[in-house]
Amino acid sequence: MSSNVLSVLIFLPLVGAGLMLMLRSERATWNAAFLFSLIPLAVSFWVYSQFNPSNGNYQFVESHEWIPSMGISYHIGLDGISLFLVLLTTILISLALLYSGGGDITERPREFCFFMLMLESGLLGALLAVDVFLFYVFWEVMLIPMYFLIGIWGHGRKVYAAIKFVLFTMVGSLLMLVAILYLVYSARVHFDRLSFDLPLLYGVPFTRTEARWLFAAFALAFAIKVPMWPLHTWLPDAHTEAPTAGSVILAGVMLKMGAYGFIRFAIPLFPEVAIEAAPLFMTLAIIGIIFGALVAMIQPDLKRLVAYSSVSHLGFVMLGIFAFNPQGVEGALYQMLNHGVSTGGLFLLVGMLYLRRHTREISEFGGLWHRVPVYASIFMVVMLSSIGLPGLNGFVGEFLIMLGAFLKTGYWTAFAVAGVILGALYMLWAYERVMFGPITKAVNETIRDLTPREVAVMVPVIGLMILMGFFPRTILGTMEPSIDLTFQRVRTMQARLESHHSSPQLAALLPASQRVEMEPRTGATAQ
Amino acid sequence: MNPISLSAADFSWLPILPMAVVAIGAIVVLLAGVHVDDSDSDGLGWLAIATLFLALLLTFGIFGQTGFTFAGAIAMDSFTAYFDVVVLLATMMTVLMSIDYAGRNRMPGAEYYSLIMFSALGMMMMAGAGDLIVIFIGLETMSIAVYVLAGMARRDPKSNEAAIKYFLLGAFSTGFLLYGIALIYGATGTIKIGPLAAAIASGSMNSNALLLPGVGLLLIGFGFKVAAVPFHMWAPDVYEGAPTPVTAFMAVGVKLAAFAGLLRVFLIALGPAAVHWSLVVAVIAALTMTVGNLLAVVQSGIKRMLAYSAIAHAGYLLVGVAAGAGSGGAILYYLLAYSVANLGAFGVVLAIERTGEIGSGKISGLRGLSSRSPMLAAAMTVFMLSLTGVPPLAGFAGKFYLFNAALNQGYTGLVIIGVLNSAVSAYYYFSVLVAMYMQEGGAEESEVRRARPALAAAIGIAALATIAIGMFPQSYIASAENAFHSAAITETQRAVSLAQ
Repeated sequence: MSSNVLSVLIFLPLVGAGLMLMLRSERATWNAAFLFSLIPLAVSFWVYSQFNPSNGNYQFVESHEWIPSMGISYHIGLDGISLFLVLLTTILISLALLYSGGGDITERPREFCFFMLMLESGLLGALLAVDVFLFYVFWEVMLIPMYFLIGIWGHGRKVYAAIKFVLFTMVGSLLMLVAILYLVYSARVHFDRLSFDLPLLYGVPFTRTEARWLFAAFALAFAIKVPMWPLHTWLPDAHTEAPTAGSVILAGVMLKMGAYGFIRFAIPLFPEVAIEAAPLFMTLAIIGIIFGALVAMIQPDLKRLVAYSSVSHLGFVMLGIFAFNPQGVEGALYQMLNHGVSTGGLFLLVGMLYLRRHTREISEFGGLWHRVPVYASIFMVVMLSSIGLPGLNGFVGEFLIMLGAFLKTGYWTAFAVAGVILGALYMLWAYERVMFGPITKAVNETIRDLTPREVAVMVPVIGLMILMGFFPRTILGTMEPSIDLTFQRVRTMQARLESHHSSPQLAALLPASQRVEMEPRTGATAQ
Repeated sequence: MNPISLSAADFSWLPILPMAVVAIGAIVVLLAGVHVDDSDSDGLGWLAIATLFLALLLTFGIFGQTGFTFAGAIAMDSFTAYFDVVVLLATMMTVLMSIDYAGRNRMPGAEYYSLIMFSALGMMMMAGAGDLIVIFIGLETMSIAVYVLAGMARRDPKSNEAAIKYFLLGAFSTGFLLYGIALIYGATGTIKIGPLAAAIASGSMNSNALLLPGVGLLLIGFGFKVAAVPFHMWAPDVYEGAPTPVTAFMAVGVKLAAFAGLLRVFLIALGPAAVHWSLVVAVIAALTMTVGNLLAVVQSGIKRMLAYSAIAHAGYLLVGVAAGAGSGGAILYYLLAYSVANLGAFGVVLAIERTGEIGSGKISGLRGLSSRSPMLAAAMTVFMLSLTGVPPLAGFAGKFYLFNAALNQGYTGLVIIGVLNSAVSAYYYFSVLVAMYMQEGGAEESEVRRARPALAAAIGIAALATIAIGMFPQSYIASAENAFHSAAITETQRAVSLAQ
């Protein structure tokens, strides 16, 4: 087991980005960028093959001193929580590059590939960082390439969308930086050791007031990124105006960084406050689910519809996370992967349509089924996956989340189910308006079906959907030990709160069914 | 007070060797200029760089030695060395940017380069000041040279306006400073940094009635020089009107020197009286950050925008000052990070400026720069991101370190104001990126040639330094930390030995 494989994984794309700037020919740039992106992809799969699924701790750990006088180290590692997000990143970057070279991006391909690969480095770094400072560095680093991707290659009000994206994210993350500094300072006081190491920081005790403020700062940064209602307003602009590849990565991976932040940082660092705040977050998640679905339904623009569907889907993810039980959190993580695949797929499909017609207005289409059968069939599968049809990936995640939410407190689930129904509604309705009926616009008569390159982009997407729909056990089983470990403190805290009745109103929120789930799930882990 | 008794040992020349080299070099440049035509002054620039480089080598040569000379007026410690190195490098960069510019704009080369060097001499004097009078002399040496430099483009009314405005307000503010020094001398009976701190700490001074007004006046004097709100009014006009390399020199060199003096006076000499001034400085810091950033947002001229950005950065630095001696090292590091990025940014502004039109640079003039001149645009991106504080660049490490220090001293509120201001600053720094990468045209608004070799070298060095200092900050942090401690320790030791 090579010890610095993760560093290779993080910095390979950056090397590739540098190489891109040296290329002259446009065609060579696209080929080189795609081929180069296959290397991190291969490395990530090799890491997966070497990963020990029964170990919940960080693996492939690497640690060097970086800024010793501030207690900052270059400490990276991989566990069951980050593993699949890493795979998702490497897969989606490759697909996005493959797609973009097929005519979607015609201007400045060198810079485009440069920023895409740099973005990959940033995303992988943030997922693999164990040192909180390092995490923050990568968290900010990934902002810059995405800003350029939206601002340079976007459509319409691209500059507005790009700067809005940056400002929203930055306000949140800068406050998080203050919280990180405070956290480390408290750790130094408590442990007499200056360190930004996350596992160490888990153990810092806080007063209730301190913890509340710190949790708020972390939660704000992550909730903006997810985004949770009502902090979502940057998302429709950024997603709609971004180039297709940008939307794919934004929806596919970047939003997940917010949810990942909750799982990795906000909740385990301040479990007590997280438990306290869970009703609030679950309420916001439910509002997001319903709101996102309702707004998506009335969108005349297909891409905006997909963008709002993300608000709704990420609501499910947050609902699962704040259920705190294994079902909910595993479902949430699984749903993150699903959403990455299916929404990434949807954005790719919308991009293909835009490339042909230079419009995304739903009313401009109709009856496409007859002209582009391959496209329509692929769209069908991806859409059904997004809706959560059993047999495809979306179903597994949604089911687990609702199970988790139900175990936590029954009535939340009713709202979530309403969200699922609404989701099916707006998706099927949009599909119907685009694909079925008579062809109303003459230009649609001559519309081309997918090129081999585009089919090659979509085949892995469909493959993943089926694979993840039929064999979720492999993935869930690999996640489980890490999730158990990370949420252990939350569950013991919850158990203590409940048994001691130190906070009666809090305990009252937890139904009796919860008690069963609070037992450490050692049996499940050993399977 | 002790009667003044001096011996030969009090007059070691070693500590002032770098300063002496700069002074002699300035005179040589001035004299050599007699034989040089104004339009062909590049040679003088290279001579200036060579002299400054020699001074830099000497600074490294005496590095690590500590002590005082000229009866305690000049301090030799790592603090002096740190500032000397940064000031000399910044001056060399300024000269590098000026080569070709001065000649092309028909500025009197000999006076121009020698004034820059005299100004650098004043800055080094402030950095190595052992007492308040030397701080004053250094400040005047630096300022008078810069007043003239600001008006160096004689035929440009904007430049004239800048010079006269800077001179009047600057002269006014030095009055405050000097009166403050007088009052503090009256209160404590000494003007030496270390003994001053000891006198305040021991409570042996006559009364607070003299000390506190003195501290207030000093604060006003330094406030003018670092362009802190509400003493910042001169900065945008002067920055805009002065020839661009001079603006860079003001934004970097003058600020470095003013903070060197400020740190010696407030964090070391007046450190024991911190309860009396830290709240005031904290309020000024909050105001400076907020006003600087908010006004920067609405600027369309790039030099004015950078002027307000410089004000905002003074605000961040004052957060560190308010937090006290614990953040001394962080302030030093921040100054370094700020200097490299700012020098580079002004270099890019210089590159897009039309000949003969000072202050013509609009942010819109950068439009389409990424396609016309990709390297220049990439370098500017690095500078803007660093000034915003985006990792892993120097500006981020600086802010991180500074805010961390302030937080550890319990200034959480001030730090929160600081980070929110950083978010505001992202708006205007990113608007430069928008112009360069996301908008077309602009060629007619600015004269973008291939940047001349000297200027291109300056910009390139600044860009690489911004990245390197940010990614591997450990050794810089260590020397900054060491520099501040060195000054604090040597001054304390002096106070102790004088008391015995």
